[in-house]
Amino acid sequence: MDSLTAAASVVAAGLAVGLGAIGPGIGQGTAAGGAVEGIARQPEAEGKIRGTLLLSLAFMEALTIYGLVVALVLLFANPFAG
Amino acid sequence: MVPMPFAMPLLPLAELEVGQHFYWNLGNLKIHGQVFLSSWVVIGALLAVVVIGTRRLQREPAGVQNLLEFLWDYIRSLAREQIGEKAYRDWLPFIGTLFLFIFVSNWGGALIPWKLIHLPSGELGAPTADINTTIALALLVSLAYFYAGLSRKGFRYFEYYVEPTPIMLPFKIVEDFTKPLSLSFRLFGNILADELVVAVLAFLVPLIVPLPAMFLGLFTSAIQALIFATLAAYYIGEAVHEEHH
Repeated sequence: MDSLTAAASVVAAGLAVGLGAIGPGIGQGTAAGGAVEGIARQPEAEGKIRGTLLLSLAFMEALTIYGLVVALVLLFANPFAG
Repeated sequence: MVPMPFAMPLLPLAELEVGQHFYWNLGNLKIHGQVFLSSWVVIGALLAVVVIGTRRLQREPAGVQNLLEFLWDYIRSLAREQIGEKAYRDWLPFIGTLFLFIFVSNWGGALIPWKLIHLPSGELGAPTADINTTIALALLVSLAYFYAGLSRKGFRYFEYYVEPTPIMLPFKIVEDFTKPLSLSFRLFGNILADELVVAVLAFLVPLIVPLPAMFLGLFTSAIQALIFATLAAYYIGEAVHEEHH
């Protein structure tokens, strides 16, 4: 792998995870805030709210994970390594 | 995966062997031996627990039988919630197998001290940290929901693609491809990310500091097993769902 490809891959891997974390971060914050509000309003529904919250948080996290998969491909299985 | 030439000098770590495999040759195929070995351990453990737990069934469950009944109850409520009262019984074994295999693989990858066993190359770990395993599982789910829809509704199944309007047709077709893609990448990425985080932390600070990350990893891998099973059940439920006009 020449040094230009290596440098570009490392920068791109960092950006893939970093930029990919912004959206899900905002989304998880909104979801968690909504869940806290729901629990404060109706404490007896805590168990149900927690289950739903965890499931939806994991869905949002998957978006960052897609970025991570791209980053891992760039680092460990780069198709342009030649 | 092709091993990256310049990552190894940066992180000279036995734990970070992403892309290194213990190859077996089967005809013209190169297969990842370490994944097979660890999946056999997982399958063996599951079979052993189930056989031991169901050998002497009692009216008042105790010990392993109690655990198995709890698991069965849990998986049944999951399947019934997603697939619906009518069809869930047919798909309970499939959903349960997926859930148990993924759950035990994820936890086994973290809890069993695989590092004590040395392989010529590559290393043992969670079978689900290999993309081939997760893609196989996700394609099984795809086959399952097509089969579920076709066997229950026949060719009326394809009405689902043009409901509520025919404009949805391209989106529904694309969905058939994105479903296995997202299922497999989600599971693979999460499990590999957990292993990498623990490995990097253990490389920087070998003692105590990686422990919280390990507990977080156990938690997320349990959630991932639940999500995979829930989504598989949801897709099947979507396929067998009857529209009421």
